[in-house]
Amino acid sequence: MRKNWYLRIGGALSLLMLIFCAVGLFWTPHDPSAISAADRYALPSPAHLFGCDALGRDIFSRVLQGAAATLTIALAVLAIGAVCGLVIGGLCGYFGGAADAIVMRLCDAIAAFPSVLLALVVMALTGAGRYHLIFALGVLFIPSFARLVRGEFLRQRDLDYVKSARLMGVSPLRIVFVHILPNTFPVLLSGLTIGFNNAVLAEASMSFLGIGVTPQDPSLGYMLSEAQGYLLKTPWYAGFLALTTILLILGVGLLGEGIRSETGVEA
Amino acid sequence: MAKAAVKRVALLLATLLLVTLLAYAAFSVIPGDPTHTILGLDATEEQIAALRKELGLDLPVWQRYVNWLTDFLHGDLGKSYKFNMPVADLLAPRVQATLTLTAVSFALIVVISIPLGIVAARFRGGFVDRAITVLTQVTMSIPNFIMGIGVMFLFALVLHIFQPTYVSPEAGLAAHLWFMFFPALAVALPKSAMAVRLLRGAILGELDKDYVRTAYSKGNATGAVLRRHVLRNAMIPVVTFLAMTIADIVAASIVVEQVFTIPGLGQMLITCIGKRDYAVVQAIVVILAVVVVGCNFLADALYRVMDPRIDGR
Amino acid sequence: MLDIRDLSVVFTDRKEPFTAVEKFNLQMDAGEVVGVVGESGSGKSMTAHALMGIIRNPRAHITGQALFEGVDLLSLSPRQLREYQGDELSIIFQEPMTSLNPTMRVGRQVEEALRIHGRLSPAERKARALETMALAGLPDPEAVWNAWPHELSGGMRQRAMIAAALVLRPQLLIADEPTTALDVTIQMQILETLKDINRKEGVAILFISHDLAVVRALCSRVVVMKEGRIVESGPVDEVFRHPREDYTKLLISSRPTRTKLKGGASRD
Repeated sequence: MRKNWYLRIGGALSLLMLIFCAVGLFWTPHDPSAISAADRYALPSPAHLFGCDALGRDIFSRVLQGAAATLTIALAVLAIGAVCGLVIGGLCGYFGGAADAIVMRLCDAIAAFPSVLLALVVMALTGAGRYHLIFALGVLFIPSFARLVRGEFLRQRDLDYVKSARLMGVSPLRIVFVHILPNTFPVLLSGLTIGFNNAVLAEASMSFLGIGVTPQDPSLGYMLSEAQGYLLKTPWYAGFLALTTILLILGVGLLGEGIRSETGVEA
Repeated sequence: MAKAAVKRVALLLATLLLVTLLAYAAFSVIPGDPTHTILGLDATEEQIAALRKELGLDLPVWQRYVNWLTDFLHGDLGKSYKFNMPVADLLAPRVQATLTLTAVSFALIVVISIPLGIVAARFRGGFVDRAITVLTQVTMSIPNFIMGIGVMFLFALVLHIFQPTYVSPEAGLAAHLWFMFFPALAVALPKSAMAVRLLRGAILGELDKDYVRTAYSKGNATGAVLRRHVLRNAMIPVVTFLAMTIADIVAASIVVEQVFTIPGLGQMLITCIGKRDYAVVQAIVVILAVVVVGCNFLADALYRVMDPRIDGR
Repeated sequence: MLDIRDLSVVFTDRKEPFTAVEKFNLQMDAGEVVGVVGESGSGKSMTAHALMGIIRNPRAHITGQALFEGVDLLSLSPRQLREYQGDELSIIFQEPMTSLNPTMRVGRQVEEALRIHGRLSPAERKARALETMALAGLPDPEAVWNAWPHELSGGMRQRAMIAAALVLRPQLLIADEPTTALDVTIQMQILETLKDINRKEGVAILFISHDLAVVRALCSRVVVMKEGRIVESGPVDEVFRHPREDYTKLLISSRPTRTKLKGGASRD
């Protein structure tokens, strides 16, 4: 077998970035919001790896904190979207019928709209905040997962192993969740990588616009909107934030590409 | 064919009706009474009742929807309480900016992605192809607003090629378009990367098909096979993608407008969400929704025109 | 007219080099109809494709000579070879469903070789193409001219392919299992058409098939291939009546029934 560079590089990069983000959940070298007049616009140094921003806050700590916030939100969004999408898509795909037709039409309609646009509408109604954002994006991510899973269930439900399970009198729900579900794993895994990236992208964009998280828990996107104001004085602030976001998305994107070429799943 | 077209258009209208209904409904459930916003909290009952009647708030919901839709179709998009002017007047100058940004971005995507996709497929596996693959993979991973900040930093702050303040068309069309080129770049690059990959894949997929072998057997050179046979087939998914992309471009414009402080629909949307000026938000949402539905309709129609195998159904 | 000497095709894109065709030899006179039979994977199609110069896998190594009117086709540059492709030499394939470009009208595909080897005005091209379409047995060529491939039946598509291949009246037509994907009745009609064309126009036909019975109906001589090699050859009646090889006997006795192959009307 040809060496799967996508999988290797993507896996390594994803792991690295996930660890980086996860570290921010528990530990930062400095208090990310501690202001220090003496350190304003400090250049990168051993004391402040990435330097300091206009208020003298340690940028490395802020990047860690922002990355952690972004990761948490993306994972939560993914969890809502994937779990609900799995249940809805699985049931629709296996049982079919009128309910399936209606639900899928609805999913198609929602998926036709750019998710940032819909999320903006929802956030306009609910107001900003981390949990509102997770809710809005999570719900909006359900259709794409539901469609993905449904397609896979539709394909699998007529395969021999499902037929024999049915003949043996296994209950339909058990077939759906115990027999078929594990076999949709490759497709789901590929879908999760795409979903994760979309979640990071949507969260970052929304927070950048000031309609996502609140200033009390800043994420990468929110900090970027802050950093943009100091692009001339501390370009590295925006630079490190951008780099973190891009590497996270790139790593997971490559990982997904690798999974697809390994399992033969189409995007 | 004609019958099928009528059916498609009917479906389009039904979808538009549904979308406007949803947009209307979403903004009708907002807690809080606009009368309080207008009159303040110490208004008398009579004042409130009079205003409710004036605004048509005493009517049943469906009737309010019909009235709202009728007004909307006549160009009356409601009234902004925060800006104290008709929404239509507020949005008209901003539509132009967003439209220009979208158009320039779309043109860039087409100009960038089609040649690169063809070149990558033509020299599959070679150095150029690999370079394009790596480049597109990275570019795809860059969110539009980060691309915007990058473009701003590089071209405005380091190279000083353009001034990072909005240049309106009044200052001259050339100057306006020159300024718009940079935000459009930020919108277009990530999408172009996706289009390049799609086109490359589509061409390579077509090259494996039997009719390509037939084309070669007639004495066609590789270039002629691509031009005369493969490209038309490979473009079918790409054109569909490009038509649907317009919706994504509009969404990306909202974010990029913020980066470059372009007074467009997106910036207005964000401002009004912040100010809770729902009449404006609702109008913009309806406009954008119509654009999205229209793009999907366009994509579908183009697909049918380009692929003779699809009969009008 | 045609003299193939020691034609071999070796693929080096797998772990082990794979010899698809080994030392294939064949002489053909102008206007002759020769059959090549063998089971699938015996290298018969690969021989035809190598001769036609349409193996595009860069890891395929083609050696030997294929002298066409004294010119070795295998040693020509791609540009020189294109002069022959579709002009002196042409080919029709097994899958008429997919061998036509789905987004190009049938007429344009039939006249394409005329366009490439550009000798005629558009009006002359069309007249020539319509005439050839009639020769290939297409009823109402004018109507077929404007049709899309998917609007034609399998038999009609194969006739369109035949017309496209014959539009420049080549000296040699390679027919690579042209009837395998078709119904039996259609199959016989197409064979009749090929026979007619050979008689009327003097086009030599190299007919590739897995079906000895079909070859017997059409060809004067036959070459039997197995695993890339020629195992037996001679006048078709003789080979049929007195097969020397067990493999040939097997091919005769098994009388392969035609299963409808993959690739019906739908292309995803």
